[in-house]
Amino acid sequence: MAMIKLENVNKYFGDLHVLKDVNLEVSEGEKLVIIGPSGSGKSTTVRCMNFLEKPSSGHVYIDGQELTSKNKTKVVRDSTSMVFQQFNLYPHMTVLKNLTLAPTKLHHKSKKEAEELAYHYLDIVGLKDKADVYPTTLSGGQQQRIAIARALCSQSKIILFDEPTSALDPETIQEVLDVMIKLAKENITMVVVTHEMGFARQVADRVVFMADGQIIESGTPEHFFTNPESDRVKQFLGKIIR
Amino acid sequence: MSGLFSPRAWNKIWIYRGTFLLGLLNTLKTALVALLLALALGIIFGLLATSGKKVLKAISRVYVEVIQNTPVLLQMCFLYYALAFSGHSPGIIVTGILALGIYTGAYMAEVIRAGIESVPKGQFEAAQSQGFGYVGQMYYIIIPQSIKVILPPMTNVIVNMIKNTSCLYIVGGADLLSLTYSFVTGENTGGSYAPAYIVCGAIFFIICFPLSTFASMWETSLKKREQKAFQSGAPKEA
Repeated sequence: MAMIKLENVNKYFGDLHVLKDVNLEVSEGEKLVIIGPSGSGKSTTVRCMNFLEKPSSGHVYIDGQELTSKNKTKVVRDSTSMVFQQFNLYPHMTVLKNLTLAPTKLHHKSKKEAEELAYHYLDIVGLKDKADVYPTTLSGGQQQRIAIARALCSQSKIILFDEPTSALDPETIQEVLDVMIKLAKENITMVVVTHEMGFARQVADRVVFMADGQIIESGTPEHFFTNPESDRVKQFLGKIIR
Repeated sequence: MSGLFSPRAWNKIWIYRGTFLLGLLNTLKTALVALLLALALGIIFGLLATSGKKVLKAISRVYVEVIQNTPVLLQMCFLYYALAFSGHSPGIIVTGILALGIYTGAYMAEVIRAGIESVPKGQFEAAQSQGFGYVGQMYYIIIPQSIKVILPPMTNVIVNMIKNTSCLYIVGGADLLSLTYSFVTGENTGGSYAPAYIVCGAIFFIICFPLSTFASMWETSLKKREQKAFQSGAPKEA
């Protein structure tokens, strides 16, 4: 059964048709990377998966359940986490509090359990010593690793990444990618919107190329980077990889 | 009648000091209850304004614009006479509380709206993406961040409201200014115009000045604390 399923999803922003009849399935544990030029609807696609954008029409299924305006809070709480381009850590809380908020308030964990969990994931992202500082004191790369740890603390089956390295300084991109590569070894379903082709090649089970609100091509990384069918993909890859 | 500031005039004030105290008490009582009403209205309409739903936003907009763009004196007269002619006159105190509360609520709503809008959109999205519902989002993530933006201007709104109790004068209230006015124009008590108004002004100042000072100090200390939190973490990074 598909962990995520988009069925004929359309999205309009005013007159702008951003997603055109998008159909996409992601199976459990799959690492899906979505690439494509800016404005192609990649971000909107993953944001439909937790209803940060509500599709104008079509259906979204998460872990077998249709996502609706009514049940979105519960389904999102139970099944998905998200890592944002701008990190979006809570600036009024320490790193530890950022990590324990959802587990204690939403997932019925005790403070002790939540903190153990937090330290466990802080260790994984290599920032155990930053538990008591405020996020604004950290570099972009560190903040994004904290944001990943926060997403992990929800222990959801799905983590959505919306251009997680696009706002980072070039020298901190790799530290975030390394954490994501480590994560990809787990059985978490990952959907990653990115421009990092090296990451896509190394980690993806499947790569999806989007342009103009449509999925143009989808396939394994080998297929994609060595022998793409569509001219649109060739043109895009030609520009990115030199 | 001797000079405006004659000892006799001041003495009269001292003799009738109870009048001023009563006025102050009435003003504070009215202001306090009106404040609760204004807070409730401010929170409701401030949340409506930031709800993202067109209809709710429009409702909030209409309330705020109508109230902010008509004189509070007019609102007070309207409410007083409308209620009086409907046969359900609730009395001057209640009218005053309602009118002031509704008037101040519009300003509260704007302050709260601005505070909530000062929090970046990403914070709402992060909260939603974790599965927080509207209440949890507001309670844990948005309000704690907007409170420092909200409180100082809110205190100023409160100060304005305390001063605006003087508008009750138009419907014959018993607030500080109304009582001062009846005092200086009264048959037996009249005459001490300048001292009476000085005393009335001084009382208002004594109440309002600490409040607005408190507000600005609060704002400064919150900003400082934020900077401190920033600096205390910074050296560890190196």
